Amino acid sequence: MTIALRVIPPVIRTARRPQRMIERSLMVYRRTWIIIVSGFFEPLFYLLSTRVGLGQLVGDVSVNGKVVDYATFVAPALMASSAMNGAVYDSTMNVFDKLKHSKTYDAVLATPMGIGDVTLGEIGWALLRGLLYATTFLVAMVMLGTVHSPWALMAIPACVLIGFAFASCGLAAVTFIRSWADFGWVPTATMPLFLFSATFYPASSYGKWRPLLQISPLYHGVALVRSATTGTADWSILGHATFLLAMAFFGLWVGSKRLNRLLLS
Amino acid sequence: MGDQPIVARGLTKLFGDFTAVDGIDFQIERGEAFGFLGPNGAGKSSTMRMIGCVSPRTSGDLSIFGLDPSNDAAAIKARLGVVAQQDNLDEQLTVVENLVIYGRYFDLSRAEAKRRAAELLEFVQLTERSKSQVETLSGGMKRRLTIARSLINQPEVVLLDEPTTGLDPQARHILWDRLYRLKQQGVTLVLTTHYMDEAEQLCDRLVVMDGGRIVAEGSPRSLIDDHSSKDVVELRFEADQNEASAPALHGIGERMEVLPDRLLIYASDGEAALQEAHARGARPQSALVRRSTLEDVFLRLTGRNLVD
Ligand SMILES: Nc1ncnc2c1ncn2[C@@H]1O[C@H](COP(=O)(O)OP(=O)(O)OP(=O)(O)O)[C@@H](O)[C@H]1O
Ligand SMILES: [Mg+2]
Repeated sequence: MTIALRVIPPVIRTARRPQRMIERSLMVYRRTWIIIVSGFFEPLFYLLSTRVGLGQLVGDVSVNGKVVDYATFVAPALMASSAMNGAVYDSTMNVFDKLKHSKTYDAVLATPMGIGDVTLGEIGWALLRGLLYATTFLVAMVMLGTVHSPWALMAIPACVLIGFAFASCGLAAVTFIRSWADFGWVPTATMPLFLFSATFYPASSYGKWRPLLQISPLYHGVALVRSATTGTADWSILGHATFLLAMAFFGLWVGSKRLNRLLLS
Repeated sequence: MGDQPIVARGLTKLFGDFTAVDGIDFQIERGEAFGFLGPNGAGKSSTMRMIGCVSPRTSGDLSIFGLDPSNDAAAIKARLGVVAQQDNLDEQLTVVENLVIYGRYFDLSRAEAKRRAAELLEFVQLTERSKSQVETLSGGMKRRLTIARSLINQPEVVLLDEPTTGLDPQARHILWDRLYRLKQQGVTLVLTTHYMDEAEQLCDRLVVMDGGRIVAEGSPRSLIDDHSSKDVVELRFEADQNEASAPALHGIGERMEVLPDRLLIYASDGEAALQEAHARGARPQSALVRRSTLEDVFLRLTGRNLVD
């Protein structure tokens, strides 16, 4: 119990009102709900392209010993990547302006709200959106016939966990960003992850590079989601989940410490 | 302890090895309007941020409502209203939403937050702009909205960091009027300014800050009485002649200040001093007799002007 508490940064432990930050985001997005709805169509188009396009060219693939068609193989990877991209977007773009320009957090911190509330609230918002996207993504996958097991429902918490890991680290990263130009580095980090995380080809095809997959957080996310939607989970998911959790807490530590330094100096 | 919501002893703030606030002492009485008057970089905002629990002090004691900001920040902040130097309204929300969400940060129910928001918009005369986006407001309106926002939790003490800097005279007068009403309702006001007229208008008591230290303290009237004469004669000579005209005027009044653009003679009887200057053959381009202000106090204490 005490050890479990100790992995949580002190300012996070004292958070009392993170839900207020989420309430604020709901107020903002109440008017721009269209952005959220449009989030449904993006995965749909992606999935369609793998179904009608790529799927015709590429043959079947084996996942944990189960042979599936290519669309079934690649859809969970796209779902995991979309969870990553959404979380990174929400925790960087969405936070940067409030942090550096409009001084939104300075105003928030003049109230009983603290750094822990801001940190958890913004990550919480990213997760809430992630939950929504993951759900619509899964619905799209069911519609396109790329889901073959009721275990697929577990892909949703898996995506939330991916979101947690990337949102925390995104929040930590955004505290180091000085200007909008620095955002050019974000794809530099996420693009290779997207391409080299057993997304488009199975881990076995990575040959002697295969051990390198282990250091890609998205690989662990893809493995989790894929084992859920194909119904092929085994004990290895514990390792993948642990990796993502560790990454999430690392981001929480760095992010909350940095925010504290930037906003309460 | 008396009824003093804020007491500071040896309050110090360092940024790296730069001393922004250098061991200052002050106490603020309940219900008064207390001012920090000082030029750019005097340490006013640094002091306000320490009181507002958003900047940890480096050393010294600071007690707010009898609590310590380093242990009880949330409890203290629940009873404070804060208007920061730089506007920090929520640009992604409308005018009324700014107030409602702020109320929520203070744990007000939605209904109560909405009720108070409507009331406060009335108070700062922004009811018609209730649904506007914040960025469409003028500077003066933004400042009024920020003040309304700071009142959503019905604070006992309101911290106002340069509430009217950058506003036109009319907007400033509207603000002063609102602040005056707050004071009448018994709210303690703590404000910083580098405008002497603002300090004279609003403050019961003030401290003059310079270079992180407090150099004088008192009511506006007593500061002027203690540190300046009743009248001031301002003489402007042709360019570069101010310095050269000084020797001939020595001994008139109590004291003389030579500034680049004018000469100031401090005297209890300004008219008499001006006549004496004329009698000695001084031919300034313009001459003016006026009452001493806090500006003169500041010049006396620091050798510099408040606003540069
Ligand atoms: N976060 C910071 N890091 C380093 N130095 C700082 C920081 N904040 C303030 N200072 C320095 O501390 C000194 C006092 O600043 P402060 O903002 O308290 O002055 P001020 O009296 O409010 O001035 P102004 O009238 O310009 O607002 C200044 O020299 C300023 O540069
Ligand atoms: Mg200031």
